[in-house]
Amino acid sequence: MALLDFISRFFMKDNPPSKEVARERLRLVLVHDRASVSPDFINQLKEDLIRVIQEYLDIDEDALQVSLENEEDSIALVANIPVKGLKKVINQ
Amino acid sequence: MKSRVLVITSGKGGVGKTTTTANLGTALAMMNYRVVLIDTDIGLRNLDVVMGLENRIVFDIVDVVHGNCKLKQALIKDKRIEGLHLLPAAQTKDKTAITPHQMKNLTNELRKDYDFILVDCPAGIEQGFKNAIAGADDAIIVATPEVSSVRDADRIVGLLEAAGLSNARLIINRLRSKMVKRGDMMDIEDILDILSIDLLGVVPEDESIVISTNRGEPAVLDDNSRAGQAYRRIARRLDGEELEIQAFNDPSWLMDRFKKILRLAK
Repeated sequence: MALLDFISRFFMKDNPPSKEVARERLRLVLVHDRASVSPDFINQLKEDLIRVIQEYLDIDEDALQVSLENEEDSIALVANIPVKGLKKVINQ
Repeated sequence: MKSRVLVITSGKGGVGKTTTTANLGTALAMMNYRVVLIDTDIGLRNLDVVMGLENRIVFDIVDVVHGNCKLKQALIKDKRIEGLHLLPAAQTKDKTAITPHQMKNLTNELRKDYDFILVDCPAGIEQGFKNAIAGADDAIIVATPEVSSVRDADRIVGLLEAAGLSNARLIINRLRSKMVKRGDMMDIEDILDILSIDLLGVVPEDESIVISTNRGEPAVLDDNSRAGQAYRRIARRLDGEELEIQAFNDPSWLMDRFKKILRLAK
């Protein structure tokens, strides 16, 4: 059985070793696990985002939306930030 | 010496929390520390049988926190090693029989008489887990090199951090070096990459664990057990010794073994 296993692996190199499969599956499942975060986390992120963006732009704080969205094999930070005006425009 | 409360946890069941608690506790007692092991798996107690002390239980942890007996009356003294005690879990109650607050008081009480207080945590993340971590200074996470175990360990890392235990260290248990070499098992680096916590030690898969559990004698008592040797090294690392972590798939380690055998033969 072990010999058969060896031979089949020798001839079918496109089959990745199972640990690579494990690692990749684990990576993906943890991306999703870790994305289910607490509302506190999102609020903190939101506040920090507002603080940084306000240095450059005049934004509508109340209409700002931030969320983490799961996609097929990744997560995305989706932020919808309405801009009221440009605060500091530095032409360089 | 300042006493330390260490919780041994994993999230997933069956990865070796109880075996790890029994062996680290026994190894630390062999190093002349005063050690108490607490089984917090109420309703599913097992640390007593792994330690071979199941016939000597009179009172349990629930009796202690409910005031049915004195703490000293519930502690079972291990006759093999000086300074080693077990506080067994209750078998007929459930995990809500104790609160995290009571658990914290209990560990603080034990700090007076012991150098190491090892808390064996039940599987899961519910009340039993919350009880087990309540009085802990540090956490040890046990994981096997499997997708399900590593995933649960990751969740535990997060929950421990949320509870203020951000210095958890990892024991990788039941590593099979042959499978790692074949590429059919995740290696130490793969797991550390994913979990990004410090490694405390690696324990190889070893049949002697089954035998020692059958007998109720922790593997660290057996000089020839590879897992027992690994646990003894982990205990020394817990003691602050800077000891290299053996990977068990490293050829230099095999060479060392070989040299040792040659030296013995001389």
